Amino acid sequence: MTADASTAGSLRARSLASRTLPRTVLAGAAAGAVAVTLLLFAVTPLQGVADFLVAAAVLVVVSVTGLTLAVEGRRRAVDRLATSGALLALVLTLLPLGFTLGYTAYRGGKRLSADFLTHSMAGVGPLSPRGGIYHAIIGTLEQVLLASLIAVPVGLLVAIYVTEYGRNVFGTAIRFLVDVMTGIPSIVAGLFVLAFWVLALHKGFSGFAGSIALAILELPIVVRSAEEMIRLVPASLREASYALGVPKWKTILRIVLPTAATGITTGVMLAIARVTGETAPVLLVVGNNNFIHTNPFKGPQASLPLYVFQGAGSSSNLDVDRAWAAALTLILIVVVLYVAARLLTRRNSLVGR
Amino acid sequence: MAKRIETVGLSCFYGKTKAVDDVTISIEPKSVTAFIGPSGCGKSTFLRALNRMHEVVPGARIEGQVLLDDEDIYAPEIDAAAVRRTIGMVFQRPNPFPTMSIYDNVAAGLRLNGVRRKSDLDSAVERSLRSANLWDEVRSRLGKPGAGLSGGQQQRLCIARAIAVEPQVLLMDEPCSALDPISTLAIEDLIFELKDRYTIVIVTHNMQQAARVSDVTAFFTLRGPGEPGYLVEADTTQKIFTNPSEKRTEDYITGRFG
Repeated sequence: MTADASTAGSLRARSLASRTLPRTVLAGAAAGAVAVTLLLFAVTPLQGVADFLVAAAVLVVVSVTGLTLAVEGRRRAVDRLATSGALLALVLTLLPLGFTLGYTAYRGGKRLSADFLTHSMAGVGPLSPRGGIYHAIIGTLEQVLLASLIAVPVGLLVAIYVTEYGRNVFGTAIRFLVDVMTGIPSIVAGLFVLAFWVLALHKGFSGFAGSIALAILELPIVVRSAEEMIRLVPASLREASYALGVPKWKTILRIVLPTAATGITTGVMLAIARVTGETAPVLLVVGNNNFIHTNPFKGPQASLPLYVFQGAGSSSNLDVDRAWAAALTLILIVVVLYVAARLLTRRNSLVGR
Repeated sequence: MAKRIETVGLSCFYGKTKAVDDVTISIEPKSVTAFIGPSGCGKSTFLRALNRMHEVVPGARIEGQVLLDDEDIYAPEIDAAAVRRTIGMVFQRPNPFPTMSIYDNVAAGLRLNGVRRKSDLDSAVERSLRSANLWDEVRSRLGKPGAGLSGGQQQRLCIARAIAVEPQVLLMDEPCSALDPISTLAIEDLIFELKDRYTIVIVTHNMQQAARVSDVTAFFTLRGPGEPGYLVEADTTQKIFTNPSEKRTEDYITGRFG
């Protein structure tokens, strides 16, 4: 194989083509590196899956790059090294995500059932394997919906003001404040609502109190993402609209926002997903409840993050299993919302992406 | 239908920078007027001042007057949007609305200005696309995205969109500079047909194009880098290209500029 490669290489060297390693040789080198690692782990005291993967990855990269350097030259070798580096980074990034999703699906999938989704924890004894999260799903959906009803319209209006009208001190100040708001820890938002709404105004625990706290957290995310998307709309489209005699407000409403709609939806969905999983403010101001309670404006309500939080800390394995299933449900709700929103905007914009 | 535009001592500014200095010119109805001149001489800025598109840029302002049939379009009681409905504009790069179909692009101006009746929109779309010599090419795919057309077709789509709101004047800012010769020819033919109904002003870098399509040519230049542009002379295209009054015009036209 080496002889074949070198004769072909010397023939091609006269033309523009440089010497190239066949893919099979590279695959062979990689396989060889893995084999060497296996041998190392069998003979030396090295052990463990993670160690093996790291050692194998390093050896594969070294052998492939070295082989390339010897046959194809420095430029190709650097290219291979950089490509391997990028691939490794990708794998390292995806691993935690994959494990989180996979393990949640594995642990939660065992307990998840139609029965689990449609029943509350009312009257479920400490040794009963029954019970469900219907009350928590209702609580989460209502709280997040109310929070979004506050944060999304306000956030969009702020983003429009900042991008289209706020070329002044006031606009700069708003942008700065939104940046500051992005940094508010969720527990602080929760404490604020607890002190102001629940205690000082005597409103008591309620789903809506949680919505206020969640809206405070959601607002800056909506503003920042919508702002970025609106800025991406080319000035030429605005000018085209102005040149047709369309007033500015109508241009924003009918040209700018529809053009940015896909991006804005993604940003809004990410904001919603982010607050759907918030536990701290809910813990402080919503209270908790084992029963189906549909009125978000009065009395403590359950919610999925809180359900997971309490179940995970319980000494009963039954509670822990239910918590995993609730966590999986939480992920699924976010995924469903996200996909639905993307499908909706794709249908509305002709060009898509 | 077509209206006359006159400017009286019009200067254009970007913040403190003066871009166009003291231009007085009369643009005749139902004719094609071409603005020529070197890059940076302010001809595009001047054109944009004619339908109040100049002020869209932050910090931009003008001094002097722009008269549309003796009405000052910069008077305080005049609505800029109404001015732009009367004086339409076509830009250098085709800019169809990417979220809209071909039909919706042409209907956009009417729809956004409150026309709702389907039959009115249908007839306006067909008439505008026919006027823009695009109807036969797109009649079977009016529902397809406007951004899917070729560059030349997109530019004709933009012209159709501009004339759908039935302006009196059509301003064109280098409408062919991003197009190939065949598409350019199509647009030039179109300009020739449109001048029966509209007052047309076209900015162009292409002197052959100015000579081919225009009745009157105005030559702009600037005294030096960083200086504002000014109008050297405006006369019949015939005279500008054969026997201009100013030496600077002759130098530019014959390529001895600078």
